[in-house]
Amino acid sequence: MSSEAGQLLRLENVCKSYHKNLVLEDISFSVNRGQTVTLIGPNGAGKSTLMKISLGILEASSGKVYRDKSITIGYMPQKVMIDEVLPLNVRDFLYLRPNTTYADVEQALETVRLCELANQPVQSASGGEMQRILLARAILGHPDLLVLDEPVQGIDIMGQQEIYGLIAKIRDDTGCGVLMISHDLHLVMASTDQVICLNRHICCSGSPEFIRQDPEYHALMGRPMEGIAIYTHDHAPDHDHKHHEHHND
Amino acid sequence: MIDEFIVNALIAGVMVAAVAGPLGCFMVWRKMAYFGDTVSHSALMGVALGIAFDSENPLIMIATCSAVAMMLLFLQRDRRFSSDTLLGILAHSALSIGMIVISMMDHFRTDMMYYLIGDILAISERNIYTIAGVASLSALCLYFIWRDLLSLTVHEDLAHTEGVKVNRVKIIYMLLIAFLVAVALKVIGVLLITALMIIPAAAARTISRTPLQMIMFSSLGGIISVLSGVWASSHWDVPTGPAIVLSATVLFLCGRFLVLKKV
Repeated sequence: MSSEAGQLLRLENVCKSYHKNLVLEDISFSVNRGQTVTLIGPNGAGKSTLMKISLGILEASSGKVYRDKSITIGYMPQKVMIDEVLPLNVRDFLYLRPNTTYADVEQALETVRLCELANQPVQSASGGEMQRILLARAILGHPDLLVLDEPVQGIDIMGQQEIYGLIAKIRDDTGCGVLMISHDLHLVMASTDQVICLNRHICCSGSPEFIRQDPEYHALMGRPMEGIAIYTHDHAPDHDHKHHEHHND
Repeated sequence: MIDEFIVNALIAGVMVAAVAGPLGCFMVWRKMAYFGDTVSHSALMGVALGIAFDSENPLIMIATCSAVAMMLLFLQRDRRFSSDTLLGILAHSALSIGMIVISMMDHFRTDMMYYLIGDILAISERNIYTIAGVASLSALCLYFIWRDLLSLTVHEDLAHTEGVKVNRVKIIYMLLIAFLVAVALKVIGVLLITALMIIPAAAARTISRTPLQMIMFSSLGGIISVLSGVWASSHWDVPTGPAIVLSATVLFLCGRFLVLKKV
């Protein structure tokens, strides 16, 4: 079905509208084996919607989605809230993946280094642990394509690097393709082959180095890192300054 | 020596409770208690239809309950109304239709109360065969969809991506509830069927560590409630359906008390 060997997913001119509101316009891209494609964009840009269309959870209003039917997909949704009323430990949560054995589950837990959590209720996991549990669920069944919706949300910087490292390692070890959503270009740069800036349509796309130079990217993301850099650099003197002013008043 | 009608009541009640256990757990997990109420309220419409056609065929009830369940699925496509609003419309409309049709049958002299709270002591041998058939069919279905249903209960999109036929499994589950409600009407009545699904499941939660345990304990709790409810009903001469529900409530409270004491 795929026109190119190793192509796992291809979208052609995909549009999506809700109640006549166009939320995605003319999106085309593809993901190949061993390749990491990262979607970035502001809130409401349609990143999650695009992911759900890629997975077949949502139908595109127009355009074509080619997904190799023979491949296994590992999906990491953005948010998984499991109510306390369901008594479910981490091991059984992972075991819910069809065609999985408990041996597979142990192996996946080992990959994300969470073996000690296996018997804990899944609701007791912290934000960072939950993301690793979801990653473990995604890699069960040896996927050809990993689709990750904000894999590092709610995790501190150290944890983020660890998760991204883990994803890169899994990709290198298994040769799978990765499609993921991220807010931060800098952390994913090292392991990403292609970045797609999305804001209802594709604003720009290319290698991370290329994207970093692109004015469209800066217009879209509003130079968040510069803002933060200025803040941290000037923090102490700025504080003193304000304090001083206050006294003058 | 126990009277035959008591034995029939116990057999029917135990079978219904055994299936209500797992169905009720999923109802609690999926937050669908109101759905159970809607289907059971619509059962009264089935009763009315049965009277109109002068037939006791359980298929009429099953068809009515299933139709209402499927109607809900259809209405849910309009995202402007949330499920509980749609359920409220369906439940009360069906209940009203049932009540009006029944009240129009002048020659029909049975007390409406029997449909509202059940008449387990009037269970016939034929009723028992029907209940046994539906109960074993439901148990078999649940055995096959159990893992898929649990998976989509935890996260639908994840289940879908992993190859679970989400819509098919959901429809099967809704139909299982419709079937159970249809045959349980005589045992515990329109108003109380949901209680037999929800309360034992809630009671089981406090002592369960896995989903499977919760289902087992829930069935067991339901069976205990039926046995003690029927006993209480014959001992103190109180209506059986409410006695069964209150037995389940006592079990729930005992469970809570034990857990509190442990802490």
